[in-house]
Amino acid sequence: MPTRITIDPVTRIEGHLMIEAVVDDGVVKEARCSGTLFRGFEILLKGREPRDAQLVTQRVCGVCPIAHAMASALSLDSAFGIAHGIPDNGRIIRNLILGSNFIQSHVLHFYHLAALDYVDITAMADYQGRDPEMNSVREFMARGELGPFVPRYEGDYRFDKATNQGLVRHYLVAFEIRRLAHEMLSLFGGKMPHNCAIVPGGVTEHPTVDKMAGFLWRLNRIRHFIDSVYLPDIVAVARAYPDCLQTGSGPGNYLAYGVFDLGAGSQDHAGGERLHAPGALETMETLKELDTDLITESVKHSWYEGDGELHPSEEETVPNRGKKEGYSWIKSPRYKGEVYEVGPVARMLVSYHAGREQVKRMVDGLLAELRAEPQALNSLLGRHAARALETKLVADKLAEWVLELRPGEPVCAPYDVPEHAEGNGITDAPRGALGHWMRIREGRIERYQLVVPTTWNASPRDDKEQLGPIEQSLIGTRVEDAENPYELVRIVRSFDPCLACAIHVVSTKGRRMGVMRVV
Amino acid sequence: MSSQVVEYPAVWIAGASCSGCSVSLLNSVSPAVKNMLIDPVIPGKHVNLRFHATIMAGQGEPALKVARDTAARWPDEYLLLVEGSVQTAENGLFCIIGELEGEQLTMEDAVVALARSALAVISVGTCASFGGIPSGAPNPSGATSVTEVLRKGWISKPIINVPGCPPHPDWLVGTIAALLLRGLPSPEELDAALRPRAFYGKLIHDNCPRRAYFDTGQFARHTGEPGCLYELGCKGPVTYADCPIRLWNNGVNWCVGAGSPCIGCVEPGFPDRLQPMFGKLDQSALEGFRITVRQA
Repeated sequence: MPTRITIDPVTRIEGHLMIEAVVDDGVVKEARCSGTLFRGFEILLKGREPRDAQLVTQRVCGVCPIAHAMASALSLDSAFGIAHGIPDNGRIIRNLILGSNFIQSHVLHFYHLAALDYVDITAMADYQGRDPEMNSVREFMARGELGPFVPRYEGDYRFDKATNQGLVRHYLVAFEIRRLAHEMLSLFGGKMPHNCAIVPGGVTEHPTVDKMAGFLWRLNRIRHFIDSVYLPDIVAVARAYPDCLQTGSGPGNYLAYGVFDLGAGSQDHAGGERLHAPGALETMETLKELDTDLITESVKHSWYEGDGELHPSEEETVPNRGKKEGYSWIKSPRYKGEVYEVGPVARMLVSYHAGREQVKRMVDGLLAELRAEPQALNSLLGRHAARALETKLVADKLAEWVLELRPGEPVCAPYDVPEHAEGNGITDAPRGALGHWMRIREGRIERYQLVVPTTWNASPRDDKEQLGPIEQSLIGTRVEDAENPYELVRIVRSFDPCLACAIHVVSTKGRRMGVMRVV
Repeated sequence: MSSQVVEYPAVWIAGASCSGCSVSLLNSVSPAVKNMLIDPVIPGKHVNLRFHATIMAGQGEPALKVARDTAARWPDEYLLLVEGSVQTAENGLFCIIGELEGEQLTMEDAVVALARSALAVISVGTCASFGGIPSGAPNPSGATSVTEVLRKGWISKPIINVPGCPPHPDWLVGTIAALLLRGLPSPEELDAALRPRAFYGKLIHDNCPRRAYFDTGQFARHTGEPGCLYELGCKGPVTYADCPIRLWNNGVNWCVGAGSPCIGCVEPGFPDRLQPMFGKLDQSALEGFRITVRQA
């Protein structure tokens, strides 16, 4: 008999998410993914001063505010007509701030959000070593009030005791590592979460030798952690849970806007050559040039008025919580009418197929080590592996970029706030492709819209009843025990969902978005 | 040994939040977040954080039951921490925090239910304290503060506001540590906005390293320039927090230090009352602060 499983709240993610699955004969036959918080950022941005957008949109998400600051600043750069004039110091410091948060976000995700699905903390009860940190965890276990670590889904912890204990140690060290990444960020960003230094034209903070050294030496410690702890732990999980390289497959289509500008853009279009390539990868094989005109959104199953597949700039969007067919505050973005996944795995695969040598080497190396085929990247563990490889890619680049700064040279281009203008900024957040579009009228924001990563991944069914990527990834999953569906939450978490980002209202009227022109 | 540690149960729930307050808490240095979760953060006293959706191992109904059971097991003994504002439009349906016995639980109902039997409530961040960003005009989801929700529900509980977008981790950790050490704050330890004076007692302006520029009328014309940022919209003259002396992220920097104006993120009415963020304060906003603006 079919069993309905409801997981609400899905924890250890950002925000409010519910998953429903129908399991028959031990296999998921139906799945629904529902976002359950609505704030309405685009509505409250209307009428504000354009430069406030950078500070307001960061507050969409406290885990990845920098990506919103970047998309917003790129959007303002293009609206102000200064996208070609960002000084190198400004461009580089923006990359350092954004890159630091990529590291922070990815380390946090693997160790503090995902790891408890694989690591058994109760192995600490009979720790016998001398590490005071570890002994404090043993004492915590002995006191018996296990706070946030119980209850949990029981049943599939495969590591031996010593490995579990080692991984608990890494869980604790990772707290320090992600904090260090925020310190790096704050050296140039002012504070974190929610930096204040990224502004139109560049940044407000100046490079100094002491800041550069402070950044570099924190980074060195983090790079050591990535090489000697994070990447080996990914391999260890893959070896202990080889089935996770075959489950949780998404649609196999991947979308990336590219991220980390390596040069200036043109006057009204932000972004030149980027570290990660933009592109749309079809069925894991064919890389196509990105064309943002091919993005549509559907609200058939979202709690908004309207139907049909419309370009984000053409939608009428009115909340309607009582809508009969609705089951989520998230909309359903589609590319060419097809379902696309975004995130680190999308970026790594797009960059791989775009011929980025470093990415190719890293991906091929890891696949060889795991004796896995490229297809294995389209799995729940493939997402974790791609995220870890990207952490290394970015951290190694930051070490080069920080030394390219030139103290004493400008960090920001001058600008005037125009009375009337339109702008767009597209980049990639830690969780995937992110775009901001804005229109300025009489010196104020008339229209602002965001199309964010988790909207793609956690989208509900569209007009053609195609399931969203997370929903697709759940279908066909074998569930051993409907009371302990650990298989499902592992898959959902591999996407690193960020619900605060995913739910927002797109404004009512506007022009078509221009074709994005990044190389 | 272990029997000497007293457990202090706590429940942390999030509504219309961005999780930035939780992420900021992770940035606490001494004590580190590990010390907060695992160790007796004050000798002999351990904060037993039983529910926090972003870090807890469990999920779904069993996790939500932990929050409910905490209220039943430790009435008037547990601490409720709320992150994010509470949305009241459409009967609270703009934020569902989970499903309990087949019913969807709204954030609004959860705050009321869990506050009713709590020892005290800490509103973590500006959204929970005053409504914050989601309550900005036209406030599409009817977002409001915890204080307002409890007032409407006729629930009288000690409330401590720890605002900031996000709050500095020291402000939250210090507030919790003070509770463990000395119990609930006396009325004079909080200001009119229910903020601990220990952290929110002085104006940014009073401790600002750029104050001398203000006093001599040397104003920056662009962000990133030396000089006082008043003309660029700095809200330091009307904002109560110790950022200039505490500094952020292990003391490496702060907003004005990075050449960017204070946006007044700890203040009631943020973001609307002090907007635009890069707009110079009205002279009228300075009334009552005994501040005179000079020009060089």
